[in-house]
Amino acid sequence: MEATDLSAVERTRAGDTAAFRVLVERYGRSVFRLAFRMTGNEFDADDVVQETFLRAFKQLDSYESRSSFSTWLYRIAANYSLDLIRSRKRHASRRVTESSDEEDILDSVKATDPGQDRIYYSAQVKERLDAALKLLSDQERTAFLLRHFEGQSIEQIGAVLDLGVSATKNSIFRAVRKIREALEPVVSSYEAAP
Amino acid sequence: MKQHLEEEDLILHFYGETGTAAEPHLSDCSICRDRYQSLQRVLNCVDAPPVPHRDAGYEEAVWTRLAPKLGQRSRWFQPSWFNPRKLAPAALAAVLLIGAFFAGKYSPRSEPVPAATAQAVPGVRERVLLVAVGDHLQRSKMLLIEIANADPNTPLLFADGRETAQDLVYANRLFRQTAANTGDTRVISLLDDLERVLLEMAHGPDKLDNRDLENLRERIKAEGLIFKIRVAGSRLAQEETL
Repeated sequence: MEATDLSAVERTRAGDTAAFRVLVERYGRSVFRLAFRMTGNEFDADDVVQETFLRAFKQLDSYESRSSFSTWLYRIAANYSLDLIRSRKRHASRRVTESSDEEDILDSVKATDPGQDRIYYSAQVKERLDAALKLLSDQERTAFLLRHFEGQSIEQIGAVLDLGVSATKNSIFRAVRKIREALEPVVSSYEAAP
Repeated sequence: MKQHLEEEDLILHFYGETGTAAEPHLSDCSICRDRYQSLQRVLNCVDAPPVPHRDAGYEEAVWTRLAPKLGQRSRWFQPSWFNPRKLAPAALAAVLLIGAFFAGKYSPRSEPVPAATAQAVPGVRERVLLVAVGDHLQRSKMLLIEIANADPNTPLLFADGRETAQDLVYANRLFRQTAANTGDTRVISLLDDLERVLLEMAHGPDKLDNRDLENLRERIKAEGLIFKIRVAGSRLAQEETL
């Protein structure tokens, strides 16, 4: 796989633009998945895919074959996703938040049977997880998403985020602590329920 | 006295980063085992949200949109254009470009133009127009994406977006007229579709509630506008480089 990536990269560098298509076909979906995990919606993820490959093509001369092409590509995708998330934050601040109302709605749900109880629990977990993820720094959130959802190793995540092993681990530790803090009360109370 | 595992060790163990190194201790030490199980319970409920399906032709579609842009060194799209404050001057620039286009096209020529220049001038005009239409579509797309991405459960303050939509409607009509003059039916059709949605935004309230958002999203989706704009943007970029 790596050898054919390198071959496609070399051919593209030599002026064979069509060779780049091999890389688009090989990594288009995984870049989409990563972008969706990071941005949370498919429209942004599609944009990230386009922009990632465009940037990769333009910056191909700076790619060093010591690292894998996919890691280099994911780094571009992660950085662009973070740019997009930051630009969204400005717009998010314009929205009227009604989180307190949402809590009231959740609290008003009466769990009368095990099925409803489970739905209520899942909704609470989701709500708290969403809130916790927003509290994470960009670096913590990316590291956590790559580790927890994408199953990437510490080394791979470090390469994507341009961090050392120790800094990568610390980002994950901080993320897990914050998420745990947010979810533990809900999980404990659900399990303690009769 | 046996030393307990740190929380960091438990997290790394959960993610399989330490192999089986922690297992002997966890099987011997009930305190650490309880702490680990507590961590497991929390992390196990953090499920990955399902990734939207992409059909079999996804890579082909990505390549089709990408290929025309390869080879260009300057980026024709900047995320910062999303800032509505930057849209008004850009719309004004687009209007000026169109004005220049028409002025050049219809103004009388007092002297004969050399053959080579006569061929080059329309080429320049068309390129200017292509760039301007491409920019217009890009700005419109960003506004549509803002609506498409808006949280349906949270009202959206849309006063800036409404003003942007009004500017875009005005520019859209100019581009539509120009496209009608040049007979570009694909651009005409797209601009017609786009205008209907832009008008709805331009005449909508400053604060979009759930129903307003849902209506707009349905319109955008039904018209397939975001996809059409992407395809048109690729085509225009391709023509621009020819």
